[in-house]
Amino acid sequence: MAYVLEYDEDLLIKEQGFEDHFHEHHHGDKYQSSFINTYIFSMDHKMIAKQFLITGIFWAIIGAAMSIIFRLQLGFPEENLAWLQPLLGKWITVSEAGIGTLDPQFYYALVTMHGTILVFFVLTAGLSGTFSNLLIPLQLGARDMASPMLNMLSYWFFFMAGLVMFLSLFLSTGPFSGGWTGYPPLSALPQASSGSAAGMTMWIVSLVLFVVSVLLGGINYITTVLNLRTKGMTMWRMPLTIWAFFVTAILGLLSFPVLASAFFLMMCDRGLGTSFYLSEIFIGGAPLDNVGGSPILYQHLFWFLGHPEVYIIILPAMGLVSEVMSVHARKPIFGYKAMVFSILAIGFLSFIVWAHHMFMSGVNPFIANFFVIFTLIIAVPSAVKVFNWIATLYGGNIRFTSAMLFSIGFVSMFISGGLTGIFLGNSTIDIQMHDTYFVVAHFHIVMGIAAFFGMFAGIYHWYPKMFSRFMNETLGKIHFWGTMIGAYAIFWPMHYLGLAGVPRRYYKFDTFEAFAHFGEMNKFITVAAIIVFFLQILFVINFFYSIWNGKKMKTKNPWGATTLEWTTPIEGIHGNWPGKLPSVHRWAYDYGKDGIEFIPQYVPINENESEEH
Amino acid sequence: MSVALETLRNNKIHPKVFALVTACVSMTMLFAAFTSAYVVRQAAGNWLEFPLPTYFYISTGIIILSSVFLHGSYTSFKNGKEAMYKGLMVMSALLGIGFVICQVLGFYEMEAMGIELTGNPSGSFVYVIAAVHAAHVLAGIAVLTVAMMHAFLLPFKPTPARKLRFQQTIIYWHFVDILWVYLLFFFILQQT
Repeated sequence: MAYVLEYDEDLLIKEQGFEDHFHEHHHGDKYQSSFINTYIFSMDHKMIAKQFLITGIFWAIIGAAMSIIFRLQLGFPEENLAWLQPLLGKWITVSEAGIGTLDPQFYYALVTMHGTILVFFVLTAGLSGTFSNLLIPLQLGARDMASPMLNMLSYWFFFMAGLVMFLSLFLSTGPFSGGWTGYPPLSALPQASSGSAAGMTMWIVSLVLFVVSVLLGGINYITTVLNLRTKGMTMWRMPLTIWAFFVTAILGLLSFPVLASAFFLMMCDRGLGTSFYLSEIFIGGAPLDNVGGSPILYQHLFWFLGHPEVYIIILPAMGLVSEVMSVHARKPIFGYKAMVFSILAIGFLSFIVWAHHMFMSGVNPFIANFFVIFTLIIAVPSAVKVFNWIATLYGGNIRFTSAMLFSIGFVSMFISGGLTGIFLGNSTIDIQMHDTYFVVAHFHIVMGIAAFFGMFAGIYHWYPKMFSRFMNETLGKIHFWGTMIGAYAIFWPMHYLGLAGVPRRYYKFDTFEAFAHFGEMNKFITVAAIIVFFLQILFVINFFYSIWNGKKMKTKNPWGATTLEWTTPIEGIHGNWPGKLPSVHRWAYDYGKDGIEFIPQYVPINENESEEH
Repeated sequence: MSVALETLRNNKIHPKVFALVTACVSMTMLFAAFTSAYVVRQAAGNWLEFPLPTYFYISTGIIILSSVFLHGSYTSFKNGKEAMYKGLMVMSALLGIGFVICQVLGFYEMEAMGIELTGNPSGSFVYVIAAVHAAHVLAGIAVLTVAMMHAFLLPFKPTPARKLRFQQTIIYWHFVDILWVYLLFFFILQQT
């Protein structure tokens, strides 16, 4: 029977902690002295984390609402959508009979914006922006980020990127509609479609601002992890969350500049008349001047970012899940070092697989082989991680909190989505599968739903750290079970659609004899999507209600976790620790060791302890 | 001074310097992407060969000299030689401006050769890559301007904080210098 170790945490930090003379300086005048520098232009990493999270939630609602509108179109193509006219205005055309239909051009814009918003604004900024900011200083025992100023700028560049994108939704020619990948020539020629005019210009400006935001954030995360760890916090004692954020930041730092260069050449093509991506194009029967460009060049540059980007999305989720799972299973994470090495391996491999997005773009089949092999090798570190998560659960004293449920759900989603990745990674099978709903199902499960589950696990688990209150657990469990079942109900049938060859991004299928009989399945998917959408609204209500009315956090360490963030005062102060910084004596996963339920990282090694980490 | 830096202990490299080096890595990736795009596009054929403008070679000499001068200025700053510190810094900034002017003259030279921005991508690449690099040099000149304001408006005192700031300035200035030398070698080597 495990017993709880008795110790006086404040005393321990006082005796063992590291004195950095932080409180001999005066910071009050510069930090958190007024409403503006506390809540708006804040330089405190905890506030910036909340800003990222709440902005991310705002975008998630918009992105998800867009998906509901196009799912209505796909599930009920004949239905009257006139009731959406107050919201969408001229994008709903109402016939004389009073039947409202969605403008096909706007359908493409919705699909494009859904992808852009979810990939960049929600799952990159909202996920890694939130938790890197919150946890890197707190779990490493740092007072703040290396440069609080750059950190603030990172958020405000993200905000500006969002603002430009948001305004583009209201253009009379509509937002960009050429798919979230922005392939030329559709995106490079303003005359190609109405969304490629001002909509594309704003899309590109927005994403360049976003790249700046990611780079500023990434520079800060890397510098903080390497330079500002507290005494005793060696790299091998860092929690897996920090390892994940660290590698994520490196991936972003190396891949986002490449996207910037792709966009820069695109801007030259659009604005200055160069021909980097354009060659021998006829529009309306008339040839354009552009000769000698290569649209494939853009695809190479885009996917050199694009593939690391999916790991930028999933690695933080993996880190959060590893940590949450270990805490709530009351067991050390299985194979800590293997987990770290698999994060590093995934990070490395992510840079040499980009062309698996381009098998059908006319890539030399022999070169495709190279990318097939490395793509399939990614299954190895991924499987190591899955095995370790399951081994962590095995024999654990599991507490089924909302956070834990979402962590387990993450593993389920990651396995389901990962397996279909093995299909798609083969260039021969990809001939049949590419651009079908099979691809849609694959990436939504493996990096959409899975990353969201990681994010939810993180939110439920660290909510008390952010707002000093708990979210409602009952609503959390309803949220989990509904989303878990609903997400499979949405995406599982899409595998069948894809295997039957149903192409993605189509406006409707009833004119295609081969796909017409999937009408009922599309209806089912749409209904499931609507239910899941309202479950997320339930989560948002729970989130905001709990900020002011949730159950109060009474003890510093409600989950019985070992990491340093749970030693800071409940209310969260500037500089994080009131006195000395805690110093670290052990790794982050001493659960159930020598019959003791958990031993926090700042507790010195006892001479009778069985083994050290 | 930011809060977090006060937790600094026995680091071999200052976090601010480290952050700058990290930023230089991401800028390197930007140019690595440009030059990779150049290689990929060149391999696809339909590629116009042309000699690089002579001004590019002159500008290379200028920017290397500028880097050397700025380093001299830094050494003088550390050794307390005020006049040398100020003089070399001004020279370095003027040479920086000279570099940008030479690049622009190089663009005119290319145009006179008949290589236009909107022509064959081989020319467009040189224009765009050199222009993006020149934008990075302009940012460097802005940084040097701030450094000159420090040199001429503040009393001469080599404090650790000012040394650190100067150190960051020279790291960035050397970075854009080396970057241009890399780009020039790249352009020369890609000519067959």
